[in-house]
Amino acid sequence: MRAGTRHVRVVALAAIAALTFGMAACADDSGGGGTPAPTSSGGIKSGLKIAFLPKQVNNPYFDTSDNKGGKVAVDEFKGNFSQTGPSDTSPSAQVSYINTLSQQDTDVIVVSANDKDAICGALNEARANGAKVVTYDSDTNPSCRDLFINQATADGIAKIQIKLISEAIGPDGGEIAILSATANATNQNAWIEMMKTELAKPEYAKLKLVDTVYGDDNDQKSFQEAQGLLAKHPNLKGIISPTTVGIAAAGRYLSGSTYKGKVQLTGLGTPNQMRAFVQDGTVKAFALWNPADLGYLAAYAAGALASGVITGKEGDKFTAGKLGEYTVGANATVLLGDPFTFNASNIDQFNF
Amino acid sequence: MADNTMTPGGAPSVGVRLRSMLGSWDAVVLIALVAVAVIGGLTIDGVASPRFWRFVTLEIIPIALIALPMTLVVITGEIDLSVASVLGLTCVVLGELWVSGVTSLPVLIGVCLLLGALLGAVNGLFITGFGLPSLAVTIGTLALYRGLAYVVLGDRGVANYPVTWTRKAIAPIPGTTIPWMILVVAGLAVVFGVVLHATPVGRSLYAIGNNAEAARFAGIAVRLAKFWLFVLTGAMSAVAGVFWTLRFASARADNGVGLELAVVAAVLLGGVSIFGGRGGLVGVLAAVALLGTLRNALQLAYVPANTLTIVTGSLLIASVVGPNVVGMLRERLRRRRTTTSSASAIPSTVD
Repeated sequence: MRAGTRHVRVVALAAIAALTFGMAACADDSGGGGTPAPTSSGGIKSGLKIAFLPKQVNNPYFDTSDNKGGKVAVDEFKGNFSQTGPSDTSPSAQVSYINTLSQQDTDVIVVSANDKDAICGALNEARANGAKVVTYDSDTNPSCRDLFINQATADGIAKIQIKLISEAIGPDGGEIAILSATANATNQNAWIEMMKTELAKPEYAKLKLVDTVYGDDNDQKSFQEAQGLLAKHPNLKGIISPTTVGIAAAGRYLSGSTYKGKVQLTGLGTPNQMRAFVQDGTVKAFALWNPADLGYLAAYAAGALASGVITGKEGDKFTAGKLGEYTVGANATVLLGDPFTFNASNIDQFNF
Repeated sequence: MADNTMTPGGAPSVGVRLRSMLGSWDAVVLIALVAVAVIGGLTIDGVASPRFWRFVTLEIIPIALIALPMTLVVITGEIDLSVASVLGLTCVVLGELWVSGVTSLPVLIGVCLLLGALLGAVNGLFITGFGLPSLAVTIGTLALYRGLAYVVLGDRGVANYPVTWTRKAIAPIPGTTIPWMILVVAGLAVVFGVVLHATPVGRSLYAIGNNAEAARFAGIAVRLAKFWLFVLTGAMSAVAGVFWTLRFASARADNGVGLELAVVAAVLLGGVSIFGGRGGLVGVLAAVALLGTLRNALQLAYVPANTLTIVTGSLLIASVVGPNVVGMLRERLRRRRTTTSSASAIPSTVD
């Protein structure tokens, strides 16, 4: 009877050993990196190991930013690109990956933080062991990173939405309303305030903001609030929804109602959610940043940082390939630029 | 070694006990752990470094803390799926108390422990008082406690703890890279191990798991024992919660989401039967270490997260199937041996 046990034990062991060996063997292909050597691409060394650590893998937004942006840039300056990360958006899992990247002697960790505080200790430990840290999309505490690549400013976001709704409604103007997320969402309220400032400008004199409602970033509630807006304001000409949940819900309501094409809709949305409404004419244009550009810029910033072209000091300049020259701003932040406008002519190039 | 000799008292000698232990699932897990460590150390860059083991240890401390009482719970044939939510809720309460001016660490730990015990008692009350299945009750409280955590902190996080606290939580044992908290885990493991394997209380837990009805007739206070096990699990989850908060220097409502699966996986891989009555702490602790080491080693070897999930899942299936296969093979072998011995006695016409 003990022979049987031993047999099973051997099989189990063999299986585990095979698994471990197998994985290790696969891994070797992607693992190696040469010694960094200086080249001509904007002073960025070649052979740098640059790892993207998104909030979550298997996420279309981060696949776009990392693989369509970051990887392209890293390939351009002949670095060693990798993308790794947890399959769920948990800060503790990200910590484990930061530790791993540090042990793998990664030159730069490019990370979108799931929790600005929880990953701080791990990031600082990685920096103490020689890695540089660039955050993109979602920042950590400034004390835990070398550089933050900011996708958009509140000012830029407010301006583009007013511009888009004005263009969609036309020169006659009319009543507009805002469909926001929650009443106490800090960023939403900051944007709304800036939109009001923007509306006070003479070129938008014919636009009149009549109402602000809150869909709580809940699809159904946003849908009902959009419905309510049109019932309450029969002369409404346009809705701005600066939240991806709100704009999609409002789009669904408008496209199935008689208001389609008569009441304009814009705001912040993602191409995959909004494609149908752009194609059926409910929405002419909406805004967000281009995640591929964000990843591309983050990778160039990472390369410049690891090559000593920049240190993260305000006023440092570097060239980010096709995007051109960028300057480091206050708090070691680099701004991607104005938000990106999606419309019928370009929406099919995006998948996120 | 002198095996098979009996000590005067009639108890099996150390040799026999050692041999029977080596033939157990515990040994399979232990050997797998050593194998992963050795093979990983030889083939994967960095696994042999002290930093690697520091990171592995930090990662398994909270899992081990909860796996200790969970082992006892599963041995009695119950399960507690609310542990990660208890951890999350104690984290946010700790954070909220800190923000509102409670600055004494012992007080904070005390309050969290009490809260954990209370949350565990709620589980225990529903399960033993109303006779409800623990699976259903703790799936309910998994959602309930997590929901309460969001009520307390919403999407805010509390992070401004004194550096001395957060540093102390992950400080290494002097002269090593291994965090000192592992000594606390080790101490607790000894206490749990002695209670489970060397006292009447421990034996009664196995009896409950094997046959609760029979245990009750034998005079064991089944419901009381189970109730206190859930209280204990809640309190230990709170300990893990305090460690979690200080380790990550962050209390948020989503702290530790999904951790219950890591704990249950380790307990099952450790050879504890999901039906109760079988298993032990050695196997469970080895399984906690095995899962942590394997995950970190594969991560170092550039294995993507999706593959890691598949590996962990396969191991879990193997852990449920494995002990059963061992049992089946033993049974078949014994039967074959009896048939061959009888066959040699009576001339066979068949074969």
